[in-house]
Amino acid sequence: MFAYYFDLGLRSLKRNPALTALMVMAIGVGVAASMITYSVFRAVSGNPIPDKSAQLFIPQIDGWGPQQNRDGEPADALNYIDAMALMRARRATRQTFLYGLSMSVLPGGNQSLPVAVNGYAVYGDFFPMFEVPFLYGSSWSAAEDDGHAAVVVLSEELNQKLFGGTNSVGREITLDGHDYRVAGVARHWDPKPRFFALFNGSGFQDPTDFYLPFTRALDVQVNPNGNSCRGHLSFSGWNDWLQSNCVWVTPWVELDSASDVAGYRHFLEGYAADQQRAGRFAWAPNVRLRNVTQWLDYQKIVPTESRISLIVSLGFFAICLINTIGLLLAKFLRRAGEIGVRRALGASRREIYEQYLIEAATVGLAGGVFGLLLTAVGISGVSLLFSPEIARLAHLDLSLVGLTLTVAVLATVAAAFYPAWRAAQVQPAWQLKAN
Amino acid sequence: MSMQIKPILAALRQHKAGTVLIALQIALTLAIVCNALFIIQQRLAHLSEPTGIDEANLLVIANQWAGHRSSQEVGAQIQADLAALRQLPSVRDASPSDGYPLSGGNWDNFVMRTPEQLKPTTDASVYMGDEHMLDTLGVKLIAGRNFNASEIMRMASRQVVIPPVVIVTKALADHLYPDGSALGKPIYSMSTTPSTIIGIVERLQRQNVSNWSKPYAYESLLWPIREDTDGLFYIVRSKPGQLADAMREVPKALYAQSRMRVFDPKIGGSFAQIRQRAYDSDRGIAILMGIISVVLLAITAAGIVGLTSFWVGQRRKQIGVRRALGATRSDILHYFLTENLLISVGGVLTGTVLAIGINLWMVTRFEMARLSMDYVGTGVILLLLLGQCAVLGPALRASHVSPVEATRSA
Repeated sequence: MFAYYFDLGLRSLKRNPALTALMVMAIGVGVAASMITYSVFRAVSGNPIPDKSAQLFIPQIDGWGPQQNRDGEPADALNYIDAMALMRARRATRQTFLYGLSMSVLPGGNQSLPVAVNGYAVYGDFFPMFEVPFLYGSSWSAAEDDGHAAVVVLSEELNQKLFGGTNSVGREITLDGHDYRVAGVARHWDPKPRFFALFNGSGFQDPTDFYLPFTRALDVQVNPNGNSCRGHLSFSGWNDWLQSNCVWVTPWVELDSASDVAGYRHFLEGYAADQQRAGRFAWAPNVRLRNVTQWLDYQKIVPTESRISLIVSLGFFAICLINTIGLLLAKFLRRAGEIGVRRALGASRREIYEQYLIEAATVGLAGGVFGLLLTAVGISGVSLLFSPEIARLAHLDLSLVGLTLTVAVLATVAAAFYPAWRAAQVQPAWQLKAN
Repeated sequence: MSMQIKPILAALRQHKAGTVLIALQIALTLAIVCNALFIIQQRLAHLSEPTGIDEANLLVIANQWAGHRSSQEVGAQIQADLAALRQLPSVRDASPSDGYPLSGGNWDNFVMRTPEQLKPTTDASVYMGDEHMLDTLGVKLIAGRNFNASEIMRMASRQVVIPPVVIVTKALADHLYPDGSALGKPIYSMSTTPSTIIGIVERLQRQNVSNWSKPYAYESLLWPIREDTDGLFYIVRSKPGQLADAMREVPKALYAQSRMRVFDPKIGGSFAQIRQRAYDSDRGIAILMGIISVVLLAITAAGIVGLTSFWVGQRRKQIGVRRALGATRSDILHYFLTENLLISVGGVLTGTVLAIGINLWMVTRFEMARLSMDYVGTGVILLLLLGQCAVLGPALRASHVSPVEATRSA
């Protein structure tokens, strides 16, 4: 029966071409607008590290106080003093402290023009903590952290640029005039959003080129990409600046159980209380310990534009569906006479209902196919609507194709509930008499 | 016409579902279109804010030093670079800088009126340049004087330098000294050392124009400092109409001075490119809202045409009877126009409430501004006209139904 009704549905599409075209277009543009904006939203709101997002935490300590912090919240990064205190305490399974840096490298030796590269100064724990996959070699050891070793982990892309993609472990590169030995090459790894380095970054920047030991980067005084300070500033050099209230270090700790989390929170509060007692902080402990999803949420990482456009598109789709309800009603009731005849010949209400729902599903499918075309066109033009670093994240994959078709069919069938019910209510006797 | 309202209402009761659907569609369309138009207006207003600089002739080079150099070496290199740039035939002037309007990145400092204040008075975008900065940017000095060469200080990495003199924008001057007495007065910028205001410029946009920056719009200060650190921006003003030449000559001239540098292609460029990048998400959302509004109005109109056509088809016989009983074509036409008007009025009333509701929700959720009633008014008129236009076709067809229809079948 399904095949027969489906066939009837296809035939009926041809019967009122204008009305049908209108419905197919409405469903098509509605679903396409929703899918285009959803493809962007999905990319920016995704969990960048799903299997560990509940174990990775970013501690925050208020080093500015109620008069200078923003809305009572501790700063988004730590100053050097607090970062080093947490580092030495080692209260987590794993921990890393990091900051972003911009440097330059000579890709073809001394004769070539330098190119800009961007990376992070991190601790060796960074790689296992964030599950960075390795193509060659490995991360550096804790001993190398402590020894301020001049080593570097390259990204697959930079390794391609500098060494033609060969195993470069053990070779040397020069970054801003200092030499580093390649300890490993990371396989392509670029979580979006880049949850671990949101201080001074949108979360959607260009992929990272390299990672240096934090301890070494400080030795050669590599400036961070940004810092934020409060109050009266008076530093006059690197070491002076390290002791200031300027924040620029992003800390991350890995905590495996709820009791570990509670323990770490307790430790943070104790640390802040100690600082208050020592007179360094003139305020009560004000600390936070957020995991990855809480952190992304707090940082409002999803651009407002993406949210607004998704909401407006869904509203748009809703109107398209209301439009479809009206048009289906017109299309179905126009055939009241035909329904009357079928009912008189013994068709049950249920059969009429089914027939018209299936007919609606064929309309929905046609709308979905049209919507899919529009979605493909829209996604290729999405750079007109969003900034390049966001737009490049949107892509049409199999799951989006499936979602587009499913949403179109289900939404149209839902829209057809009432019109089909009305069709099933047609009184056969009245129709036969009237015609 | 008023006499017709009662029978129309009676007839609508026979088509409750269709009536409700059209009214609902009009209501939702109004709600979305009003808010979309409002968002478009807000974004367009934001992206057409002037910067106060000579945008047509400006270009910015993001220069990062490669290799390792001492602060002295960097200082000497910058001197040589600037001398070379200022000699180029297409260049009017050039200045070193820590930033430029709309750069998105930001160097901003809290600013206080008194040294002991902890809570800042305001926040200023900080521009550091030399005595060529004002002429290079093309900003208008409206009071006081420019820096002279002897006032330019040098700042090494991680060093706080507070110059004794500062030039501020009028917006910053007015915020700090609302009585207009700013010239000659001190400001304290994250320091207990004062800087005396020696000049006021008419307008200079901040480096960052995102939402958090809005309360401090156009509040900028200029310090006579040259940064001898990891990198800097060269702002170059070409002679009128010679920007293209300058864009070719400048990188060549700089590489001729030294090749141990990197120009970041993603930042800087001509100011037209900078402006384009700075507002791409504003432009994008305005385009999206525009497309959605147009398509939405088209779909709503098409929906009205579809349903009214169906009603006309259903009622051919009744129309025939009315015509046979003496109703003129214009009576029939008016009947359908009035019917649509009644439904539309119901729709726009609901839609107005919805539009305001959606806006209030966005105000709390997305820090949007309050919807101006002009947009609701425009939307209401737009949708009433749209309804009347959409219904015109089917109504005309109805008015052409012949009285003979009354006698057909049954």
